[in-house]
Amino acid sequence: MGAGFRRYSTYRQATVAGAFTNTVFGFLRCYVLLAVAAGAGTATVAGYDPARLATFVWFGQGLLAVVLLWGWTELADRIRTGDVVADLLRPVHPVTRYLATDLGRAGHAVVTRFVPPVLIGPLFFPFYVPHRWTTVPLFAVSVLLATVLCFGCRYLVNATGYWLLDIRGPMILWALVSGVLGGLYFPLRFLPDALVVPLWVLTPLPSLFQTPLDVLVEIDPTPRQLWLVVLQAAWVVLVLVLCRVVQRRAERRLVVQGG
Amino acid sequence: MTVISARGLRKEFTVRVKVGRLRRDRRTVAAVDGVDLAIERGEMVGYIGPNGAGKSTTLKMLTGVLTPTAGDISVCGLSPVRQRTRLARRIGVVFGQRSQLWWDLPLRESFELLRHIYRVPPAEHAARLLRCRALLDLDEFLDTPVRQLSLGQRMRGELTAALLHGPEVLFLDEPTIGLDVVSKQAVRGFLAELGATGDVTLMLTTHDLADIEKLCRRLLVIDHGRVVHDGTIEALHARYGSRRRVVVELESPAAPPEVIGATLVTVTPLRFEYDLTGATAGELLVRLAGLPIRDVSIVEPDIEDVVARLYTGVPVTDAP
Amino acid sequence: MRAYWALLRGQARSQTSYRLSFGIDLVSNVWATALDVFTVFVLFAVTRTLGGLDLHEALVVTGMSACAFATGDMLVGNIERITLYVRTGRFDAVLVRPLPALPQLVLLDLPLHKLSRAAFGATVYLVALGAADIAWTPGRALLAVIAPVGGVVFFGAVFVVTASVAFWWTESGEFGNAFTYGGRDFTSYPVSVYSGWFRNAFAYGLGFAFVSYYPALALLGKPDPIGLPGWVGWIAPLVALPATGAAALIWRAGIRRYTSTGS
Repeated sequence: MGAGFRRYSTYRQATVAGAFTNTVFGFLRCYVLLAVAAGAGTATVAGYDPARLATFVWFGQGLLAVVLLWGWTELADRIRTGDVVADLLRPVHPVTRYLATDLGRAGHAVVTRFVPPVLIGPLFFPFYVPHRWTTVPLFAVSVLLATVLCFGCRYLVNATGYWLLDIRGPMILWALVSGVLGGLYFPLRFLPDALVVPLWVLTPLPSLFQTPLDVLVEIDPTPRQLWLVVLQAAWVVLVLVLCRVVQRRAERRLVVQGG
Repeated sequence: MTVISARGLRKEFTVRVKVGRLRRDRRTVAAVDGVDLAIERGEMVGYIGPNGAGKSTTLKMLTGVLTPTAGDISVCGLSPVRQRTRLARRIGVVFGQRSQLWWDLPLRESFELLRHIYRVPPAEHAARLLRCRALLDLDEFLDTPVRQLSLGQRMRGELTAALLHGPEVLFLDEPTIGLDVVSKQAVRGFLAELGATGDVTLMLTTHDLADIEKLCRRLLVIDHGRVVHDGTIEALHARYGSRRRVVVELESPAAPPEVIGATLVTVTPLRFEYDLTGATAGELLVRLAGLPIRDVSIVEPDIEDVVARLYTGVPVTDAP
Repeated sequence: MRAYWALLRGQARSQTSYRLSFGIDLVSNVWATALDVFTVFVLFAVTRTLGGLDLHEALVVTGMSACAFATGDMLVGNIERITLYVRTGRFDAVLVRPLPALPQLVLLDLPLHKLSRAAFGATVYLVALGAADIAWTPGRALLAVIAPVGGVVFFGAVFVVTASVAFWWTESGEFGNAFTYGGRDFTSYPVSVYSGWFRNAFAYGLGFAFVSYYPALALLGKPDPIGLPGWVGWIAPLVALPATGAAALIWRAGIRRYTSTGS
């Protein structure tokens, strides 16, 4: 984990550029959603008032680099070059090892990528301060779960490289689906309930992004907040187990076919 | 006719040097520090020096990729940076590791595309390609995508690509780096043949001194941005005190005679070795007549030794 | 001209040599723009107006932006790979060819698989024009054609400028995205949804307001709630000219910078 943290702290300039870009997109998305709220003419849209919407957007921009929806191809690259065989020789299970590195990366991102938009947003837009003391620790847990869950999903997408020569298809599919159905472009509650509920329960996507943000802006009462986090945890367990199963199958394939 | 000329060529770079934990200072470093060159049409010149001596920087300035900090350059009568695209038609460049070819296309198609880019008349193009195909044995992989070629095959393709527009000057940056022995010989043989026609001026940087010995009459040695030697290989040897060595093997033990202009370096009962310090090999052999000689061989001085000494900074003196 | 045609042909042959990947790219690129349009529909599911425009009117803005961006991205977008060329030294190989560097780079990497997306963007635009309540005149028809063309050129210029940053700042990473993809997002919605200095900077400072919003207002015959006069929409496509000029200057300065530092 420490190694992951250190490695990412060397990309200082790219970090500055990334934080800048997240901030610009924060402005863009925030203005659009606030205009939606203004155009609706009601006090709230889908349960969000303007302060909640702005907070949703700006914490979302910060969270983007922490959970890292896109841009992780390390495993796929190692599979393609064959370096992945060296992973099998290490004493730690690959999933555990990559996860530890990823948590280090996320820790670094919390400091460098999460903080800037979260500080800049409230300077220009209304800000929702949580009313219940339970919300803040629950948000922290939810972010951690979202990070692990997102890692698991990325691992699975990368692992398709064990079977496919070109994983651009799964990669692009993941990038498109995770952004829209995770809640990056608009809060998922804007969609009709008949769509949102199955989406939330049957796919891990809202747990990646929407859940921590909804927890933070207290859109639901405490018990419902808790249930959403429990649902997240269930997805984490399921996806990590799946990662190990996939990894075992892939290793068997590697051993049998000699790479 | 002088094809390449440079006077007082200088290139400075600003580098940031870490001072302490956070502070960085800007410092100016001269990669090329007052180089004068005059290369005649048809010459084959080896440009050598240790890593960081300024070889690639010079080559980049001569091809118009880099603007000199100071000094004048003229290549084919053009000013490289200002007239870069005009110059590009008249020179060929092979950068060892930077391909001019289309990675996913067969060589044949890359060549065809280059014909359009350089606007070469089809007949000329075909004639040059035919010649390269024969000399470089391209036929067996002409229809293979470049990404599937071995390094040696690719380099033969790169050479062809650089020559199809009939350049007057060919710049080669490390043309044999990383190649296997057979490919190296093929490339050298081809370049030697090319040079022998006298139409193309050739300037190559290399770390492989065998390239130089096989190809170049003239040698430019650069170190710390300055030319420290400009002349033939023999002149380099003379200057740095390398000698031809005569090895004499005997049928039965005998005492080596003293010869003026030759220094005895090793003596064993059946073998002795002289370094020629003034006498010719012939003069030495005359003095050896009457000995029970089984075999005599002359070992040419090894340029690697000379250059290695040069690189490691051993002071240069004219006589041992 | 034939030289450029040759470069284009080489690129086309290279890309189609991986048939499956090319197919995947062709399809997936449509989705990226489709989701942008989908987002607009979702937003209008919870509101009736956005920045003073209803769904059909807003879609003219979004469609014009999608059409201009997707085409500009296809034609010039891959110039952002210049960072890769500079880092690996392949840029030197580009410079020793007898063609100017910019058209070479654009054609060497032209992503033909983005053709599908440009076509999709154009379709969205045409459908939006049909669905919106536009009182067609010859002038409006002309504007409807010229505006996206101006937008394509404008986005092309934005791509060149943000890519040129790499000559000074090699590790600029995602920085350019703020203005390229950020510009796309900005122009997808009526400028009236933004406010304050941010709007002034993006809309008028950088000129993004003239890509889709003002031409769309002129087509729809609607006044600008921000207060600019009606004729602005008619000359808005001209914003492509200063943008191109600026891009040319910055690109040239970038090349000069490269040839003097070599990094």
